[in-house]
Amino acid sequence: MGRRSGCSMFFGKKQNLFLIILALLIILIPVFVKNKYYFTVMNVIGLNTIVVVGLNLLIGFAGQISLGHAAFYGMGAYLSAILTTTYHFPPWPTMVIAMLATGVVAYFVGYPSLKLRGHYLVMATLGFNIIVNIFMVELDNITGGPSGFPGIPPLSIGKLTFDNDYKNFYLIWTFAFFSILVSLNLVNSRVGRALKAIHGSEVAANTLGVNTDHYKTKVFVLSAIFASLSGSLYAHYLTFVSPRSFDFYYSIQVVTMVIVGGMGSIWGAFFGAGLLTVLSEILHVAEKYNIIVYGTLLTLVLVFLPEGFLVGLYRFYQKRKTKALIEGEQRLIS
Amino acid sequence: MELHEQIFQYIISGLTLGTIYAVIALGFNIIHNATGIVNFVQAEFVTLGGMLMYSFYSLLKIPLPFSFLLSTAAVTVIGALIERGPIRMAKSKAIIILVFITIGISSTLRGTALLVWGPDNMPIPSFSGEKVIRIFGAALLPQHLWIFAITIGVVIFLQYFFHRTLTGKAMRAVSANRRAASLAGINVNRMILLSFAMSGGLGAVGGMIIAPISTTSYDTGVMLSLKGFAAAILGGYGNSTGAILGGLILGVLESLGAGLISSKFKNAFAFLILLLVLFLKPSGLLGHGEAERV
Repeated sequence: MGRRSGCSMFFGKKQNLFLIILALLIILIPVFVKNKYYFTVMNVIGLNTIVVVGLNLLIGFAGQISLGHAAFYGMGAYLSAILTTTYHFPPWPTMVIAMLATGVVAYFVGYPSLKLRGHYLVMATLGFNIIVNIFMVELDNITGGPSGFPGIPPLSIGKLTFDNDYKNFYLIWTFAFFSILVSLNLVNSRVGRALKAIHGSEVAANTLGVNTDHYKTKVFVLSAIFASLSGSLYAHYLTFVSPRSFDFYYSIQVVTMVIVGGMGSIWGAFFGAGLLTVLSEILHVAEKYNIIVYGTLLTLVLVFLPEGFLVGLYRFYQKRKTKALIEGEQRLIS
Repeated sequence: MELHEQIFQYIISGLTLGTIYAVIALGFNIIHNATGIVNFVQAEFVTLGGMLMYSFYSLLKIPLPFSFLLSTAAVTVIGALIERGPIRMAKSKAIIILVFITIGISSTLRGTALLVWGPDNMPIPSFSGEKVIRIFGAALLPQHLWIFAITIGVVIFLQYFFHRTLTGKAMRAVSANRRAASLAGINVNRMILLSFAMSGGLGAVGGMIIAPISTTSYDTGVMLSLKGFAAAILGGYGNSTGAILGGLILGVLESLGAGLISSKFKNAFAFLILLLVLFLKPSGLLGHGEAERV
């Protein structure tokens, strides 16, 4: 599709360069930044990036929207929290268990709704999200109910325990980096081309032998697993989880990040996660206005730059460049 | 109370809720039929109906019928403005983009409502007293009767509008085939504008008639409208008889579920039903099989 060629022009050839820059930033930022609060914000950006990059695969490449990713994020967080704290499971294997469990659940939610034409996934995931959230609140003897679940142990490797913002920065961003890497590779693989074909035209893709249901379900499950991973990291990082972090407003937030960043652009997703997390942090000062600004921004971007902020601005810049070129030519002729 | 009396009571309160869901579901359907989108601002239509009613009736003491009409008119205008503004200005008319524009507008309006009215639940007096009426052992409030009466009035009005007036027929033509309607000289944009306005009015009516029973706040519309949406799916998305049937069934099942199984999971029942319908019979009870499998 034309609109994606814009972003691949933008990022395609420079992809490796961008990856190296990102890796360098991750290594170097802690050398220069000393403020603890900035680390908290950056860690939240990292966690959101993992969810958003996964969700972007679903939205941008399979053309489907989920309003239930907060539930998958929450399942990762709560499974890690409950299994490691109440039942003393070892944290790392538990993370994998949580990812597998979330994947299986996502399969059962996604498969029936993705078989249908239209946007049934939005409705099914929205309903699913609300149900999961109600369970988090009401099964209080297991989940701690509305007041949350405290005392989750931090992650550790050998003697290194990730027990502060600074150490968690490296942990979370390592995962965020690899989630970007995996997504980029996936997009440029056979699976990625199949997904692009589905987004372009599902019927055409089907005729050319792409099993569309199969791919859509797969990418939905994969994006749920990304969310679950991020949720587990969240639980071990904050050592506390509560149902409010996983209601469907969070699902809307992550979708907003994908859309503002630009659907189908993985770097855009990263950008969207960064921009909106920082924006939410700034708006926390004026909490009253938070949801108005969020909503207005989402509306404005969608109305005027439906390709997303980054790609939209890039297009605008290109247009002006072309216009300047044309004017230059005209001047030469006359 | 005997069990059968209890069940009867649950059914009565379920039907009351159900009629509200039905009114909201009709609002969803009207916009869906005109544009093909799910309009998330429906939640704010309901909220604004209730809150404006609170301002006009409880604060400014404007007599009930006028408060009712004023609130309905105000939300109708807001609905129209939403179509005239962001929806029509949108550069991309892709369904998914339009749906998320409505989510954006919905957040903006909810935030604004929070600023204007604050976070508290506001009471609204019943339309006519609190004297309990007893029918077969079940307690019925006058407000319940108001809810039934107004809903029936709304349904009759819609039935008349869509089948007996030229504009209503034109709207149905647009939902059947937009291009053909346009070729026949119907101003499609005006019909879409009208669908947003009507949806706004319907949402407001739903929000106003339930407010005396459940109180009203800046986010009451969210849960109500999500359930209205579930009702629309249950009945068959886009089908107006289905919306009413879906609403009533959902309301009764929810009320029975909360009363007989567990009130903790009251809000989960509607969405469990939504998921079951999507998985087992996605075209809904009275759908036309539009949701064909691919």
